[in-house]
Amino acid sequence: MTMTAVLALAVGVFLVRLAGPLMRSRVNVSERTETLMKRGAIVVLAALVITGALFADGGFAGWALPAGVLVGGLLAWRRAPILVVVIAAAATTALLRLAGIA
Amino acid sequence: MPPRFPPERDRDVFRDALAMSIGICIVGVSFGALATSAGLPWWIPVAMSFLTFAATSQFAMLAVVMAGGGVLAGLAAGVLVHLRHIPYGLAVGNLYWDKWWTRFLGTFMLIDQSTAFALAAGDDRRRAKAAYWITTSIMFVAWNVGTVVGVLAGGFIPDPNVFGLDAAFPALLLALVMPALKDRDTFIAALVGAALAAATAPFLPTGIPVLLALLGLLATWPRRKPKEDAA
Repeated sequence: MTMTAVLALAVGVFLVRLAGPLMRSRVNVSERTETLMKRGAIVVLAALVITGALFADGGFAGWALPAGVLVGGLLAWRRAPILVVVIAAAATTALLRLAGIA
Repeated sequence: MPPRFPPERDRDVFRDALAMSIGICIVGVSFGALATSAGLPWWIPVAMSFLTFAATSQFAMLAVVMAGGGVLAGLAAGVLVHLRHIPYGLAVGNLYWDKWWTRFLGTFMLIDQSTAFALAAGDDRRRAKAAYWITTSIMFVAWNVGTVVGVLAGGFIPDPNVFGLDAAFPALLLALVMPALKDRDTFIAALVGAALAAATAPFLPTGIPVLLALLGLLATWPRRKPKEDAA
């Protein structure tokens, strides 16, 4: 991999990031559109949660990972602070793996 | 009296982001170490992290190139997994669309976490702005410091999974989107979208399933008010 390749990725990634705000600055964003766009981002983030919890390297990630995310999710639902949610999720997954559960 | 930093009202965001940065830093270490152990000179991963600031894209490109897939295929993979940032930019782009340099920096630093933290701030625009800039700046420093440490670590590649860090990231995003899910339509759209993504993830290249999730929006497409229909 060369510096040219590095720069090419940087430019490509930047243009992708630029697409969203450019599109929205060109139209008059109604309240309805605003709601829909925010909802869209939430939907993508939620999908990222599910795929991140279930899959790794193109296959099922094993039970330790979704179990940890589930524990974090339950804590978040009970309104635990974000810090507690994240640490509990990581600790659950790490301990399950330590116990030999993939 | 000089203003305290961070301001009292944003201290919780600051604290959460700072804690999160430890995880990102360790992932950065593994990126730097992986790249150098693959035989790349030190400045390649360091420049990549500094100029791209997109963990999944960098790992995707590195994986393809290391597997012998070539640079062009690596670039394609890197950009493909990044496409989810288009809906992110649509949702939070107005938060930094002011002066030319905030536009530039805000665009450059659009990441999963800054989007999620900003959206979690709800309708409070000031707080959303603060959350966006605070989280993304901290992540930027952590990601780059991690990469440099990984390059210097020389062959020692930490496995972030041992610490359960692969669970920390989805758990963080879940906690941040949860307030928005109280809205019934958002919840249904997210549920349908997540199901679509999970069902297609085993067959499609990484990056596509989370975009397919956007079809979940169709399940709850907001109807025009009757007045608008008549017009």
